[in-house]
Amino acid sequence: MLHTAYRPEKEMGLRRIFTDSGHLVRPAVVLIAALGIFLIIRALVIPKAFGQYGHYRPAALMEIRQRPIVYAGQDQCVMCHDDEAKTRAAGKHAHVACEACHGPLASHANDPAAHVPKLPDVANLCRRCHEKDAAKPPGFPQVVTAEHSGGMTCNSCHQPHNPHL
Amino acid sequence: MIPGVDGFMYPNEIELQWGLLIVLYPYITGLVAGAFILASLERVFKVEAVRPTYRLALLTALAFLLVAPLPLQLHLGHPERSMEMYLTPHTSSAMAMFGFVYLWYLTVVLLLEIWLDYRVDIVRMAQSTTGFMRLVYKALTLGSENVSPAARRIDDKVGYTVTVIGIPSAFLLHGYVGFIFGSIKANPWWSTPLMPIVFLFSAMTSGIAAVLLLYMASVKVKKIPIDMRCLDTIGKYLFYTFLIDFTLEMLDLVHRTYEADESFRSLDFMVHTRLMFSQIILQILLGTLVPLALLAANQLWKFSEAKRRVMYLTAALLTMVGIFAMRWNVVIGGQLFSKSFLGYTTYKVSFAAREGLFTAVGLMILPFVIFVVLVILLPPWPERSET
Repeated sequence: MLHTAYRPEKEMGLRRIFTDSGHLVRPAVVLIAALGIFLIIRALVIPKAFGQYGHYRPAALMEIRQRPIVYAGQDQCVMCHDDEAKTRAAGKHAHVACEACHGPLASHANDPAAHVPKLPDVANLCRRCHEKDAAKPPGFPQVVTAEHSGGMTCNSCHQPHNPHL
Repeated sequence: MIPGVDGFMYPNEIELQWGLLIVLYPYITGLVAGAFILASLERVFKVEAVRPTYRLALLTALAFLLVAPLPLQLHLGHPERSMEMYLTPHTSSAMAMFGFVYLWYLTVVLLLEIWLDYRVDIVRMAQSTTGFMRLVYKALTLGSENVSPAARRIDDKVGYTVTVIGIPSAFLLHGYVGFIFGSIKANPWWSTPLMPIVFLFSAMTSGIAAVLLLYMASVKVKKIPIDMRCLDTIGKYLFYTFLIDFTLEMLDLVHRTYEADESFRSLDFMVHTRLMFSQIILQILLGTLVPLALLAANQLWKFSEAKRRVMYLTAALLTMVGIFAMRWNVVIGGQLFSKSFLGYTTYKVSFAAREGLFTAVGLMILPFVIFVVLVILLPPWPERSET
């Protein structure tokens, strides 16, 4: 008895289940289509080799490298500004690099005559580090600038390269 | 001294990074999860009495879910970059993973369940309407107009399955919001494993209250008789979930007080000063104890219909205020004290700024506008009143 009897009503029932659940395929198709579009967009917009070295675009490294250098580095400054370097080395600012106060000056180092740097705005420059703030270590020199100088600029009394009085 | 700062604050703590909009984010997400849980009561747990709110709850959940990411987008300096989260997600980022939880919940759970439940109506309206609306309904049928009894039976079974999957998904959606705060170990106000559970139950509480209010409002607008059995049942569930929520929050409080770790004195001082109004008065007294008392009274004594209606309305409104205050106290409270435990700052809501009061009010109105549009597009009533 290998052959089961042919039962048309059973086949009809199965077919009905397929036709009656056919509409459920449609949201699934919409969802899969949306997923497909997302994957296509993803493939198109993600930069090539993303994640090669980490969670970033490897080409970014090359782009950063290609940007022009703006800081000369203090070895360059010292080559000409020997006096200032000596004054600074003797005082508390010995470990503050030239360009930390004077700004990036690679252009000046490359062509000193064409790019003459401006003197820093002392009134704002000094308080960037020395304004009184309870979060700073107690030994760090800090003042309430409004009360401390009475409107005079810092370099009227202090010598910026070696800031003792 | 810096105005608004008492004691010692680290420089990066003086100004709050997360403001009013970040308060709205867990609040709105919570309403979604809560409304969905209420809908699932009817579907999965066969609580027949809440049937009149089933569709209303689903539409409420959808309206709020669509608005849920907006406060975050408005908080970002570069909102367009948020899409990178989907394109190149970082698995160690809780927020990036939340994006997928959100999408899963929106597409696989909520939209599918609404579509299955409304299919008969959509097909009927695709045949009865004309013009542009006909096109909209035609598109919503997705090209299938088979609404034979057998097809409806299948829809019902699939819908049931989707709801069953939807319950843990809704738990995940809002538990996750709690996790985002609870997992910040540097902040003692947030860092507790109870946070996801507290958020979840407060979400259910606020969502149930929101649906109760919307049900009462829609009955008023449609001028249809209110189903008191339904209202009583929602009131009962609101009471249960609120009780669990309050117990969990008190457990957290008692635990913190007894443990009294190094942050306790600072946090305790904050609760008694800067958070006095929003935490003690608004959240605990007005927003929790009063509605709980009103709801409990209804469990103990029998009041007249008119009285019950007023009591439920008051309880639900206060619940909404209370849960909002809870979100406020979590998000804002967590940033008012210094991590040195030696100082406090102040949060001042700006008015017409991108993250100001104006935007927040607009964001809270928007889900209701979407809700009205959804109700017009997919009326929750006719089919129910026929049956």
